[in-house]
Amino acid sequence: MMEIRTPKTGKAKRVLEKRAPKLVETGRKTLILHGTKTSATVSSVLMELYRLKKGGAIKYSRRNENIRPFESGGETSLEFFSQKTDCSIFVYGSHTKKRPDNLVLGRMYDHQVYDLIEVGIENFKSLLSFSYDKKFAPHEGTKPFICFTGEGFENVPELKHLKEVLTDLFRGEVVDNLNLTGLDRAYVCSAISPTKVFLTHCALKLKRSGTIVPRMELVEVGPSMDLVIRRNRLPNESLMKEAMRTSKDKPKKKEKNVDQDAVRGKIGKIYMPDQKLDEMHLHDKSKGRKRERKESKLLNEETDSKKNKKSSE
Amino acid sequence: METETETDQIYHIDVGNLLGFNPNHRFPSAPSSREELVKECLEEARKLVQAIANALFNFPSTETNDGPIVQLPPPTTKLPREKHVPRPKPPTKWEEFALKKGIQKRKKDKVVWDEQTDQFKRRHGYDRVNDDNDVPIIEAKATDEPGEDPFAKRLDEKKQRVGKQQKNRLQNLKAAEKAGALPSHVQLAATSLPISGTKSQPKKIGKDELGDVAGLAATSTASGGKFDKKLPGEKAPKKQGKHHKYLPVVAGRGAVNQEKEQTNNVLSKIISKHSHEILNVGKAINMYNVKKEKKKSGRSDKSGRSDKLKPKKDITKKPTNKAK
Repeated sequence: MMEIRTPKTGKAKRVLEKRAPKLVETGRKTLILHGTKTSATVSSVLMELYRLKKGGAIKYSRRNENIRPFESGGETSLEFFSQKTDCSIFVYGSHTKKRPDNLVLGRMYDHQVYDLIEVGIENFKSLLSFSYDKKFAPHEGTKPFICFTGEGFENVPELKHLKEVLTDLFRGEVVDNLNLTGLDRAYVCSAISPTKVFLTHCALKLKRSGTIVPRMELVEVGPSMDLVIRRNRLPNESLMKEAMRTSKDKPKKKEKNVDQDAVRGKIGKIYMPDQKLDEMHLHDKSKGRKRERKESKLLNEETDSKKNKKSSE
Repeated sequence: METETETDQIYHIDVGNLLGFNPNHRFPSAPSSREELVKECLEEARKLVQAIANALFNFPSTETNDGPIVQLPPPTTKLPREKHVPRPKPPTKWEEFALKKGIQKRKKDKVVWDEQTDQFKRRHGYDRVNDDNDVPIIEAKATDEPGEDPFAKRLDEKKQRVGKQQKNRLQNLKAAEKAGALPSHVQLAATSLPISGTKSQPKKIGKDELGDVAGLAATSTASGGKFDKKLPGEKAPKKQGKHHKYLPVVAGRGAVNQEKEQTNNVLSKIISKHSHEILNVGKAINMYNVKKEKKKSGRSDKSGRSDKLKPKKDITKKPTNKAK
């Protein structure tokens, strides 16, 4: 016996539609949680990461003892949370003797764990310790610049993986239109050694330069830390193939006000705005723009050209 | 997208993601001081950001109230999807049939001309055209049985049609679920199967019943469920065991002796129930009347029975005096 269940309110229906798989995807939501034991650095890293990603992140405050991302059985809780909150990238912080100040960044595909990368945090500086002119503080929810420097990101496979995961994490929403006044933050990642990456968050200062393009200047504002690569797990081939599959083209948007007719051919509707005849501007009566003057000027030019032609022939 | 800077380095720039990658910079392996390192990183990043901004600000921009808006190109770095590509829905039974027969979909108007009332009425809803319930008279056909109610028959047919439609809808949704293309707002839930094999639905257990059952289960603990940790929202169990009401030992001033009253009530109830067995009123009356008549006509008319039938006294036997 099967029962069909549909949402009874419009709000519930809209929430379900938001969670449905789409052809073209906007950014991922982040889930931030921590394990059995966390040190001060790890908890402040998680907190500040949550603040940086305020619009698209969910932070769980309780301890999670049964989450072990790298073990085969320890992912079920993560998958359940991912399904519950509709988050497809997670940051899991923990602190053990063997792995102090540990951070596991992972991504999900269809709410199943897709890939994982484990980093250790060193030299962490919280965003409260940076002093800067508050005028340039980045606003919440702005689209950031992401900069990767270093040949390690191309040569070392783990760093390549980390680059991909960090791009996904910091990207934010994928948008078509961008407001140029809303560019005020940048994430800087530099591969200072084959196993270490220096990550920091900066605010942007746009200075006037001679051209349209302003001169960019970076001011360190946010948390800065060194990430030491520990373990990673790449996705298996078939899953990667399926996840990387993209739809070739966007769905054709219905063209409005255009009609195809067998008899008349292609017909378009144009909607005219109301013509306010009282407020209409008549033609410019200033001296230099009188029509007669213009026309006579044109006529003169024509006769001149004709004369020239005649003479040349 | 790649751009060249003055130092002839090629950056990998993805404007759609505002991403810049400089693969050619080599950080010194001998660690300079931390500040130097940070400065170097920031300087390299600044160059990258400048390169991205060069591309960005040269796009055609439209002016709005909030500022210039630029159309971003789609991102070039390939990142894995978060969910699968939406799968195409399999055609429903009707759609297959329509395809086979070549039936086209025709757009129906919301408002239809009603011949009977000469006005436009809506097609569905209140006061609709050709409402099935509104016909006042149904003419009898030759094929109709005399005892049948045609209005009830119509209702029945409608119910059957609706049921068939729902069944078809369920089948279509099941097929869609099999193909992995269930619409996002629909969920198919398997309601539990009855164990007994009958088609009746198992009764849903209510909140109160659950509480009772939980209380019952709690009494099986060593302390009879008295010291069990209560879950948030759980109510205290109702009084378990026998319910006794003990009357006061000493009657209060002016109050009736309740215990005496109670026992008297019980006794009178018992007696009144069995009173017909204690005294057979009819028999008593008869006996009384017979005695009365005997007394009346007892002296004159001794028993009418003849001497022959009476047992004869034996004169030979002497009276024995047993009591000595």
